[in-house]
Amino acid sequence: MAEILLGMRNITKTFPGVKALDNVNLEVERGEIHALVGENGAGKSTLMNVLSGIYPYGTYEGDIVYEGEVCRFTNIKDSEKKGIVIIHQELALIPEMTIGENMYLGNERGKKFAIDWNTTYAEADKYLKMVGLTESSKVQVKTIGTGKQQLVEIAKALAKQARLLILDEPTSSLNEEDSRALLDLMLEFKKQGMTMIIITHKLNEVAYVADKITVIRDGTTIETLENHGPEPISEERIIKGMVGREMTNRFPKRENVKIGDVMMEVEHWTVHHPLYPERKVVDDVSINVRKGEVVGIYGLMGAGRTELAMSIFGQSYGVNFSGKLKIDGKEVKMKKSEADAIKHKIAYVTEDRKGNGLVLSQSIKVNTSLANLGSVSNHMVIDKDREYGVAEEYREKLKIKTPSVEQLVGNLSGGNQQKVLLAKWMFAEPDILILDEPTRGIDVGAKYEIYCIINDLAAAGKSVIMISSELPEVLGMSDRICIMNASKMIGEMKAEDATQEKIMAAILQAGRGA
Amino acid sequence: MKKQNILAALKKNTMLIVLVLVYIFFMITTQGSIFKPMNFNALITQNAYVYILAVGMLMCMLTGGNIDLSCGSVVCVLGALGGLFMVTWGWNTGISILAMLLIGIAYGCGLGFLIAYVHIPPWIATLAGYLAFRGLGTSILSSNSSTGSIAPFPETFLNLFSGKLFKTKMNVLNVPCLAAGIIAAVLIVAAVFWNRISRTRKGYEVESLAASILKALLGAAAVMLVMWKLAYAGGIPTVLVWVVGVVLIYSFITSKTTVGRHFYVVGGNMEAARLSGVNTKRIMFLAYLNMAFLTVISTWTVMARFQAANSTAGTNYEMDAISACVVGGVSASGGAGTVLGMVIGATLIGVINLGMSLMNIDANYQKVVKGVVLLGAVAFDILSNKRKR
Repeated sequence: MAEILLGMRNITKTFPGVKALDNVNLEVERGEIHALVGENGAGKSTLMNVLSGIYPYGTYEGDIVYEGEVCRFTNIKDSEKKGIVIIHQELALIPEMTIGENMYLGNERGKKFAIDWNTTYAEADKYLKMVGLTESSKVQVKTIGTGKQQLVEIAKALAKQARLLILDEPTSSLNEEDSRALLDLMLEFKKQGMTMIIITHKLNEVAYVADKITVIRDGTTIETLENHGPEPISEERIIKGMVGREMTNRFPKRENVKIGDVMMEVEHWTVHHPLYPERKVVDDVSINVRKGEVVGIYGLMGAGRTELAMSIFGQSYGVNFSGKLKIDGKEVKMKKSEADAIKHKIAYVTEDRKGNGLVLSQSIKVNTSLANLGSVSNHMVIDKDREYGVAEEYREKLKIKTPSVEQLVGNLSGGNQQKVLLAKWMFAEPDILILDEPTRGIDVGAKYEIYCIINDLAAAGKSVIMISSELPEVLGMSDRICIMNASKMIGEMKAEDATQEKIMAAILQAGRGA
Repeated sequence: MKKQNILAALKKNTMLIVLVLVYIFFMITTQGSIFKPMNFNALITQNAYVYILAVGMLMCMLTGGNIDLSCGSVVCVLGALGGLFMVTWGWNTGISILAMLLIGIAYGCGLGFLIAYVHIPPWIATLAGYLAFRGLGTSILSSNSSTGSIAPFPETFLNLFSGKLFKTKMNVLNVPCLAAGIIAAVLIVAAVFWNRISRTRKGYEVESLAASILKALLGAAAVMLVMWKLAYAGGIPTVLVWVVGVVLIYSFITSKTTVGRHFYVVGGNMEAARLSGVNTKRIMFLAYLNMAFLTVISTWTVMARFQAANSTAGTNYEMDAISACVVGGVSASGGAGTVLGMVIGATLIGVINLGMSLMNIDANYQKVVKGVVLLGAVAFDILSNKRKR
């Protein structure tokens, strides 16, 4: 029986009007990796904020017992002193500063008014080595990739003498390769005796690294699963706990599959990087999509998928375009204008709904009508009634959970925000929809609903291109799968023939060939 | 109405309530002097330029907290040019007005181009204008006049932008003014109820009947009060027509048109707006072109009020306009704010200025008070929004 490092007992946290946590219990043994899973809004982050002192002692009920004593943290500094360090989902590094400066931000080495930079950089280099980074700590953060930035965050936590490391969605912005490296690093730390809590939506990662899995639903602990056997725990088993029922089918069945003529065709499409025009971000790519067809584009992050999509959509990314774009068999001379792309009935649904998809400070109504405001206006005067009607119609159609379409989008959950984003583009009445990571960061239930919407769109004769980093999703949803790697299209296969192994093999082969 | 609704309504109209309270405060401290017809007239004529410039500033701020620091100096240089045209060179009034308008628009196009297409940060581009145009205006004036100011302007010009419509003597009831007030009041009541009826008929959510009645009555009463007072101060100030025209037109543009909506979404999320087919560069361009256009109108009213072109004209006007917007609830980071809110903000500052002058408070302390009010308004806004979360 291993020693219990952390026990959170009967934690209850109420916000005005809502009980975010209701008698939650969590026990973490020394030296284990403990996964915390649950749908969005289940209370995982709230629980971790209680633990780290962001919600100070007194604002919640229950006890935190750490290393055998009851702790009363009043701020993050208190918990960090005990060695409890959280790495948040959003990277909190300052791009213009060096790695070393970032690592010791608020934790500076040296005397009170004089930072000892030699010690800082020497220590920083030591911790960087521990996380497997070979970069010098004197390099600016903006010059290294997101994967490495995530590792810098971990090194930063180590520099704070962490004994309990909490990783909140550490792989959400990493590609498959970097994610795997990060998980392996966690396993390595475990061998050295580190205790970790990981919060993640990616169940395959949970099955890979976690020793124990605590499932939280609606603010209460549902169960704690052991993951010790020779076979990793099945994802279906975890999902059952998360949603409270068996999900026999993670992907809804397509009905009325009627694939028609080629709707859009891109030939020898080449795009250059906007800042480094000599670099090709899309290199001689050809792809087509038929009416009523869902084409999945799979590739690792940085493969050029988003760049391809955005360059097709009114050349909204990149410079020095070449290649042909045909819509409905006719070649289109596309201008560098998003409005022009919308006129040609193309929609691009971004992967970054908060950053460049939605206006969070505006209502659902305003966001829904945004890409097709002209159709609810007479001579530039908005018909507010028609606009309201449209927003209501899509709220019902897409089952957006909100008291009113006047609600600000910023107040909605991730899944509902994604639906508003889809509503905006469906209302623009496109024939061709390019969906970029349509289910990123949303929970299992909302994912299923998004899949249903995609199927409905295809059944209605629309052409859908779906970009995704999740292999099961690409396999489960597409009629045809295109694989991109290093700015090039390296393969295409029918969904019936495709397997995870074949796709990964294609990517590995292309990587070796290059 | 439920207690919650009342609280929400109070919160939504905080600045209006503050305005009323401040007004009552000055009623007491000035022994009712601020309530005299003369001072209603003064409030409007002294602040006309703020309302007009602040409408333009609002549009700039909506696009993302961008400001125009140059508008005060542009008022100076345009005034100097106008004086040059009308007085020194003796041009016809109509041609002079047109020339000023064209020069203003040319400046707006240039400024808009630099900001929207060359991506010069607005505050730097307009800081350059702030410095350069003050110098240019002063130099035009000093090289064309020994006193450093150009006057007098022709009557035709003054009548367009200052004086009274249907002028009567002080303290005699001016019938056209009162009639205009009654018509406006009736229109306000009609608009509130027409909106209510049309919403009910379409089955949309409507506010309670009591709220509608209160809104209609308060609006009508406020307009009636102002016009009734003005009726005893010689009639409708000509400049009020310009201010009301600008306010109404831009209220309509910001709340009801697609272009207006685009200003809000560009300020809310520039990238999302661009990827939704909004021509974001054109919106930025329009913001500064429009600012220059309104600066021209503002210049006319200022020239007519002072009846001369001075090198000090327009000093700190940009700050007055920014303050009016900020106190009126326009977001300093863009994407939120209304013309009506700005009007309340500008009026509040105007009342404070007027009240302090009537109390004979030292001009330097007046500045201190204004600074505190500005900071207080923003702090209140931030704190009350924080509590919501």
